Amino acid sequence: MERTLDRDLDEIRQSLLRMGGLVEAMLDQAEKSLMERDADLAKHVIKSDPEVDRIEMDLDEMCYSVLARYQPAAVDLRFVAAVIKINNDLERVGDSAVNIAQAVLALSEEPPLKPYIDLPRLFEIVRGMVRDSLDSLVRQKPSQALDVCDRDDQVDGLYKQIFRELLTYMIEDPKVVTRALHLLLISRNLERVADHATNIAEDVIYYVEGRDVRHSAK
Amino acid sequence: MEIKISPVNEGEWMESDVSAMGTDDAVRPEIKDALFQIDSLSFWYRESQALHDISMDIPSRQITAYIGPSGCGKSTLLRCFNRLNDLIDEVRIEGDIRFEGASILDPSVEVNSLRKRIGMVFQKSNPFPKSIYENVAYGCRIHGIRRKRDLDEIVERGLRGAALWDEVKDRLDESALGLSGGQQQRLCIARALSVEPDVILLDEPCSALDPVATAKIEELMQELKKRYTLIIVTHNMQQASRVSDFTAFLYHGRLIEYAETKTLFIRPRKKQTEDYITGRFG
Repeated sequence: MERTLDRDLDEIRQSLLRMGGLVEAMLDQAEKSLMERDADLAKHVIKSDPEVDRIEMDLDEMCYSVLARYQPAAVDLRFVAAVIKINNDLERVGDSAVNIAQAVLALSEEPPLKPYIDLPRLFEIVRGMVRDSLDSLVRQKPSQALDVCDRDDQVDGLYKQIFRELLTYMIEDPKVVTRALHLLLISRNLERVADHATNIAEDVIYYVEGRDVRHSAK
Repeated sequence: MEIKISPVNEGEWMESDVSAMGTDDAVRPEIKDALFQIDSLSFWYRESQALHDISMDIPSRQITAYIGPSGCGKSTLLRCFNRLNDLIDEVRIEGDIRFEGASILDPSVEVNSLRKRIGMVFQKSNPFPKSIYENVAYGCRIHGIRRKRDLDEIVERGLRGAALWDEVKDRLDESALGLSGGQQQRLCIARALSVEPDVILLDEPCSALDPVATAKIEELMQELKKRYTLIIVTHNMQQASRVSDFTAFLYHGRLIEYAETKTLFIRPRKKQTEDYITGRFG
């Protein structure tokens, strides 16, 4: 039976996915701008952020409206509660993409410190996590969401490795400290994006199954 | 990370808190302090079976709500608790309801004393066409209390208990029929309280009331559950979710799911419950 509520929930779902698409694109472009030393593309990422912020506010408004008007229960309630949180995580992913783009702008004024090997790998894993967390939401597939959570450990490992490597660069040659710090900042932001993707995946599991898998429950 | 994935509606997970009682596949909570134990209760109006093999415990001094679509049997079940169905011809009942361990369906049970301990408030307020005072005093008069001073005390206690005293204390001799709908309903609660029952059954007590009067009754229920066990039938799901501690979902005369209210409304385990509370029925 089609309910009036379903139309509103569908609108919320569409907006959330549009926002997801936007931040994924921002991450893509941030990586490309780094690898290709493309300052214009980095600026484009920064310019995309207000649109993400706008959707974030619209989405919250839509969710509160559904709560007030329908007092949803069960899976509907869990969906709206999850979206309010996912919305926040996605907005933060957008912010991270902006931080990365700003670091790229700073780096583009100096010669490259080193060939990037681990960073593209980190980008790839993290983008996959964001994509799959949203995909698991659309498909209502908790197994896919769990898989996202599992990948967070890889990210943490890779981040530590990058950290150590950049540290040795800085110890050997103080002249590279600024560039190394910018690269560290990029890695740090990617590591945070992975955390947001993990949060999203956990919220998907709660939405679909009603189980809280955060913290000790993992 | 070790997490077992299973579809939400299989009713498999969290099995530990499902008691072993009952032969059906209904979901039930563990009730620690049960005042009523319903044991395989079935009920027929002539040939038509209204309740099918219902087993559940009702906790003491809590609010238990029955929800379900019209005709699901929730009012029939409520009327079993004080044997109000005895007043209907050609009904048949199987199974048992125990109240403090003793069967209330046993033919030897004195029905008037039972109904004194298990009071009832109906959908439509039904004050007697008498004064406010007489409405509350009536029950005790027929149970033999005559002294004015005792009756005065009972009336005041009843009206205070129903949060009506302050509104009517200066006009106790006026007709109860002059009260507003919400006040009349609280007067009926005062009348039920006057004979010092243990349990109050409420059958759609707010369905004829506006939101303000409804809120007053709901607030009153929270006060009453400190001293009484309340069982409410409502087709207003928001009301069940607001006021009750436990909620039971009935469908076609069967108990489908019975759980702590917040659990039932956030993560019901049965597809039928989910469909009903999310309005996907039909």
